[in-house]
Amino acid sequence: MNNFQNIIKKIEYKFSKNQLPEIKVGDFIRLGISIQESGKQRVQPFEGTVIALHKAGLNTTVTVRKILQGIGVERVFPIHASCVTSIHILRRSQVSRAKLYYLRNRIGKATRLKEKFDKLPPIWVAKSS
Amino acid sequence: MVMLAPVQASLSSLSLHGAGAALRPFTTSSSMRQRKCTISCRSMEAGVGIFGTKAGMTSIYKDGNMLPVTVVALEPGNIVTQLKSEGREGYNSVQVGYRVVPDRKITKPERNHLAKAGAPPMKFLREFKVKDTQGLEPGQALNIASMFKEGDFVDVAGTSIGKGFQGCIKKYNFHRGAMTHGSKSKREHGSIGPGTTPGRVFKGVKMPGQMGNERVKIRKVEVLLVDEENGALVLKGGLPGKAGNVLEICPAKIVGVNV
Repeated sequence: MNNFQNIIKKIEYKFSKNQLPEIKVGDFIRLGISIQESGKQRVQPFEGTVIALHKAGLNTTVTVRKILQGIGVERVFPIHASCVTSIHILRRSQVSRAKLYYLRNRIGKATRLKEKFDKLPPIWVAKSS
Repeated sequence: MVMLAPVQASLSSLSLHGAGAALRPFTTSSSMRQRKCTISCRSMEAGVGIFGTKAGMTSIYKDGNMLPVTVVALEPGNIVTQLKSEGREGYNSVQVGYRVVPDRKITKPERNHLAKAGAPPMKFLREFKVKDTQGLEPGQALNIASMFKEGDFVDVAGTSIGKGFQGCIKKYNFHRGAMTHGSKSKREHGSIGPGTTPGRVFKGVKMPGQMGNERVKIRKVEVLLVDEENGALVLKGGLPGKAGNVLEICPAKIVGVNV
C-alpha cells in the first residue's frame, strides 16, 4: 500500500509546479490568472487576503478574499493549475487561526490583520510553455 | 477459477456454449459426466490485456483542465503463460499471469503449469479470448509501453466494492413510502407483479439482495499517461473496487473499429 502511495506521489510530481513560494494564511497576495476573452488569452490579476489553505499535494488550493465595490468576493484557486501564471506575496500577517472565516463577518477597518515584517519570497512566474 | 488441464470438450459442444455461457461450468457429454470443464476466459476481447492493481485516485492537469484519474500500478508479472488455439482447445486465447509470489503460495499443479511456460509462480491467471495469438509465446513478458499509449481507450474489469444485502431503495433507487400517517410501506419495494394471471412472479423482478462485490467492466476508459518508469497507468475517472483491487485492462471494444 505504501508503495502505491509513492507511485501516486511520483505521478503527481510530474504535473506539479516546482519551487512555488510558500503561501501562508493571512498573506495578501496577487495571483496572475490567465483567462480567455473573445478568443484571446490574457492575464488578469486577482489580489486579496488568503483566508484558507487546503494542502493536498497537487490539488492544493488557496481561498483568496477581497472586497470588490463593497461586496466580499472569494475565489478558490488550485495553485498547480496552469491558469495560475504568477504568484506575488505582497504582505504577511500575524494570525492565530488556520482559517480566517471570521473576516467574512467584519467590515472595513475591522478586517485589518496585524502585519508581520518577514522577508517575503520573490515573485513566482510560470515558465511560458 | 482457472482450469489448468486442457479443455476436454469436443468442438461441437463448445460452439453450443458461446461467450455468454463461458463462465458457467458445464458437463460435456454423458460419458464425461464426472469431468466438469470450466472455460475461464470470458467474452472475446479486442486484444490481449494486462493486469494492474488499483493504487488510488488523484487528479492531474491536462490542457488547463483538472481531470479525476485513477492510478493503476503494475506489480511484477503480466507474463504470457499459455496460448490456446482453435485447433487444439477450440478457441484462441492468451493466458496471462500476474503478481509473482513465493513458490509455497500456489499449488503444485499451478506451479508446474507455470514452469512449463518458463514463468515464475504467479497468483492470478486469466485468459483473454482473442481473434489470433500471433506474435505471442509462452513466457513472454507483456510491456505496457508497446500495448497502450496516451489517448487510447481501454476496457477495465474488476470486482466492485461490496455493499452487502441491500434493499431496493439503495440497490435500485426505488422511491420510499410515507414514513407517517399510518403508512406500513416505509422502505418496502411495493408490488412485485400482477395477481391470479399469471399467478407467479416474473423472473428478473428487482428485489432486495446482495449489492456490489461482483465483476463489473467499465468500457472506454481513456488512458491519460503510460508511465513505464514507475510501472503505472493513469486512467481517467473512477475504477471498480478499492485501492489494492486487481483489475484487468484490455484495449476497448469499439463496434466498427475492432469488433
